[in-house]
Amino acid sequence: MELFHFALDNAGLLLSRTIEHIALVGVAVGIAALTGVPIGIAITKNERVAQSVLYLASIIVTIPSIALFGIMIPVLSLIGHGIGYVPAVIAVLLYSQLPIIRNTYTAINNVNPALREAARGIGMSPNQRLRLVEIPLAVPVIMAGVRTAVVLNIGVMAIAAYIGAGGLGTFISRGISQSDPRQLIVGAIAVSLLAIIVDYSLLYLQKRLTPKGMSREAAAS
Amino acid sequence: MIRLDNLTKVFDTQKGAVVAADHINMEVPEGEICILLGPSGCGKTTTLKMINRIVKPTAGKVFINGDDTTGLDTQTLRRNIGYVIQQIGLFPNMTIEENITIVPKLLGWDKAKYKARAREMMAMIALEPDAFLKRFPSELSGGQQQRIGVARALAADPPVMLMDEPFGAIDPINRAVIQDEFLKMQQELNKTIMFVSHDIDEAIKMGDRVAVFREGKLVQYSTPDDLLAAPKNAFVESFLGEDRALKRLNLVKVREIVTDEIATVVPSDTLETAMAKIDDYGYQNAILMVNERKQPVGIINRSVARTTKGYCRDHFQAVPAVVDLDDDLRKAASLMFAHDQTWLPCVNDEGTVCGQITQRAMTSHLGARYRARQGDDRKPSAAIKE
Repeated sequence: MELFHFALDNAGLLLSRTIEHIALVGVAVGIAALTGVPIGIAITKNERVAQSVLYLASIIVTIPSIALFGIMIPVLSLIGHGIGYVPAVIAVLLYSQLPIIRNTYTAINNVNPALREAARGIGMSPNQRLRLVEIPLAVPVIMAGVRTAVVLNIGVMAIAAYIGAGGLGTFISRGISQSDPRQLIVGAIAVSLLAIIVDYSLLYLQKRLTPKGMSREAAAS
Repeated sequence: MIRLDNLTKVFDTQKGAVVAADHINMEVPEGEICILLGPSGCGKTTTLKMINRIVKPTAGKVFINGDDTTGLDTQTLRRNIGYVIQQIGLFPNMTIEENITIVPKLLGWDKAKYKARAREMMAMIALEPDAFLKRFPSELSGGQQQRIGVARALAADPPVMLMDEPFGAIDPINRAVIQDEFLKMQQELNKTIMFVSHDIDEAIKMGDRVAVFREGKLVQYSTPDDLLAAPKNAFVESFLGEDRALKRLNLVKVREIVTDEIATVVPSDTLETAMAKIDDYGYQNAILMVNERKQPVGIINRSVARTTKGYCRDHFQAVPAVVDLDDDLRKAASLMFAHDQTWLPCVNDEGTVCGQITQRAMTSHLGARYRARQGDDRKPSAAIKE
């Protein structure tokens, strides 16, 4: 009950922190999708490059977020952004690469060879094949990668409060430093709820973006 | 017309170079269907796919309607060749209409023209345009999907079609139907078609010519009847099977060997007359009875005619079987076996009796080829075995 009252009393702050959180993750994953999808498509042309890129992206994900923020402080200090939202966005951007690149790569590579051959055989250029056949068919799997990235990084962004990025993590970090369980728990629940809600919203978007004729197949996966 | 000139494909594999197609020379005349036939790995598919460069030829040339295609841009070449594959390969993200109109769109047709074309194609493959054009491939049965696959290949009206085991994935009953439909379409369209198959029966049914491949080489290229009657070597013989002479029955229509010497009686004849005719014409078991419009209505058995007095109309039995002039000999033979007959009456389109077909005439017709060959100085097949 106490928690509920606390949340109600701070509803305005909770809302603005949530919006801040969404904006940070949204911008970061948005940029990640704009870079990751083309990279994922490009590496389907060369198996060896693909393995190296995926390996690199995997290594990045293994770096703990706190360590990544620590590394970026001296580097980004050079341009006056050692802490704050810039390193937070960069971290999320980096963490998002693996799920997005990997899913794009897998999806394009797994397009049924018969469809590829049909597309070649009727005289589509490589770009037309990509635009008319391969990308539309890959959309569900690419979107699944984006969803993974978003959910993963809603958690990462909570930690970014420690470097002053804002967001819902502020409740958690203050809760710990002020020994205030109310702030801590409200922050933690808010982050979890946000992750669940955003995941479902993106699932809905994924279904809308899936080409109509494929919705049966997509439902199975 | 499609002409292959020393078309060759060598694959570099870990085990060294493999010759998948070895100096293939052949020509398919305009408007004919040529079946590329052979066991798997014989080079038939490789040969087909070199024509639209899905497989890049190592050497040799492809001529279409007399023009060397070597200098043509790959996409332009492919857009002017219809291509049908076994896995069908309809794009699941596109509607039936979008699938059919894709090549016309690539070729830059205007919208009204390609939309009209889609409806035209649907009529050709006997699927209702309004019911199907807006649907997606996953909502159609396999047979319907492959009809759409054929429609897509034909949409831009290419002079040449390549078909890679197009009906291989369809169940036998639907396959026969779709083969018949396709042959009917081809009678109007007159496309020059290369068609890969590993099914000898399909090859005989669909092909104007059959090219048999083995280990990358073109072994024999001839009409189905020539192939079955005169296989070039032991490999072709064994590939065609021991019953290859029977398969020739498929290729001959009753019309070609029907004789008009058939004796009949009418219902008002006496059994005595019937008996006399049976003896005169040498029928072993029975004689056909026809009505005033010369339609078969019954048979008079020899035993009845010999032992009974009266009129034919009171002593006839049902006609066991008749064949149509357009039936093939396979059906005629099957009916003869099923009804233990040595001859069958033949009827024309109006259902009137126009002659008879006998077992002797059938064997003699098929045998003509073999007798002619014995006159050749062809070596017995055992001597050619490698």
